[in-house]
Amino acid sequence: MSALLDLFTIVALVLGALFFLAGVVGLLRFPDTLSRLHALTKADNVGLGLIVIGLLPQAGSVFAALKLLLVWLLVLLAASTVGQMMARVARRAGPRR
Amino acid sequence: MSLTYVLESVLALLVLGAAAWTIAARSAFAAAVGFVSYGLLLSLMWVQLAAVDVALTEAAIGGGLTGVLLLGAVATLRGTEARTSRRPASMLRLLAAACCALVSVALAAVVLTLPEAGPTLAPHAMAALPATGVGNPVTGVLMAFRGFDTLLEKVVLVVALVGVWSLAPDRYWGGHPGLEHRLPADGVLPFFARMLPPLGVLLGIHLMWTGADNPGGAFQGGTVLAAMWLVVMMAGVRDAPAIREQWVRLALVSGPVVFVAVGLAGMLTAGAFLAYPVAIAKPLILLIEVPMLLTIALALGLLVTGPPERPADPS
Repeated sequence: MSALLDLFTIVALVLGALFFLAGVVGLLRFPDTLSRLHALTKADNVGLGLIVIGLLPQAGSVFAALKLLLVWLLVLLAASTVGQMMARVARRAGPRR
Repeated sequence: MSLTYVLESVLALLVLGAAAWTIAARSAFAAAVGFVSYGLLLSLMWVQLAAVDVALTEAAIGGGLTGVLLLGAVATLRGTEARTSRRPASMLRLLAAACCALVSVALAAVVLTLPEAGPTLAPHAMAALPATGVGNPVTGVLMAFRGFDTLLEKVVLVVALVGVWSLAPDRYWGGHPGLEHRLPADGVLPFFARMLPPLGVLLGIHLMWTGADNPGGAFQGGTVLAAMWLVVMMAGVRDAPAIREQWVRLALVSGPVVFVAVGLAGMLTAGAFLAYPVAIAKPLILLIEVPMLLTIALALGLLVTGPPERPADPS
């Protein structure tokens, strides 16, 4: 059972890291600001989500697991707010690059 | 062990990289952003060194609050930057580089010649800690052994705020600090400013409360509270208070006043200024920390908001 949980953790962490990698590649390679933001927010939401889900079996206690989920929720809230605000500024500034 | 070593080396390189970027960046905005990342990376470094108290302070003050102050300064100076960005004479730049290199070499020489085990008062502090009733040695040092320093620090905060306020033009004296933020009430930022603060306020109070026995304390807690207040003000959910309001001034001085009052009482009950009777040391420390939390949160929030820029009564 514990080996199965460890395997779950490893798979989820690797998937999460892949999402972050894809997000960074998108941030560097996508042509305009809105697409770059799109790539970045996916990394934050899904990448961190997969990492948190992967760490849940290793948390040790229900309380620690809830704290991990809270961290994810807070990052979701902050990232989506900041993403929206940056997109708004980018749209107002016009398609410069 | 070796994996930790790799992690620490990467972290150290990132900190150095952020520092170099902050210095080399041509635009003030880029430098400010570099400084914020530098502060956040540095706080990770402190965690790695098991100095969680320092890490919390660095993240809150070095990364967060100083970053906001710097970004505000950049926005204010944006108009003048273009005129002053002419490169200085090469002789001057050479001289500046030589002076900086001299300071760096001197610092490095001192650090490298430090004795293996530096002089420390830590064993004495740990031995005397039970008398204070708190379990976190950092809080013990800040609130009991070096209470005088902490008291002066709070006074400095209030004096600094008075300095910022004194920049106000006469017609706005006593008015509302900063510009008015008018945003559509159903926008993203007002939503954020309603969702986050309940949790953030809880976290700030928790940081102060848990500081007695765990990493944390009034300063870190107060910074989190100030950040929540700033989000609320910037989103236009609540306007900044006029600085002539009585409650603002009372709350600002409450921290130092209670600290001094407890310190004076110590002269009668424990024989020295700022000495606590051992039996009630911990309740007294808490009594000082609660108004201090208020003073820190208000002072930091108002420091960032800046001098009054609008009259007190909108006509």
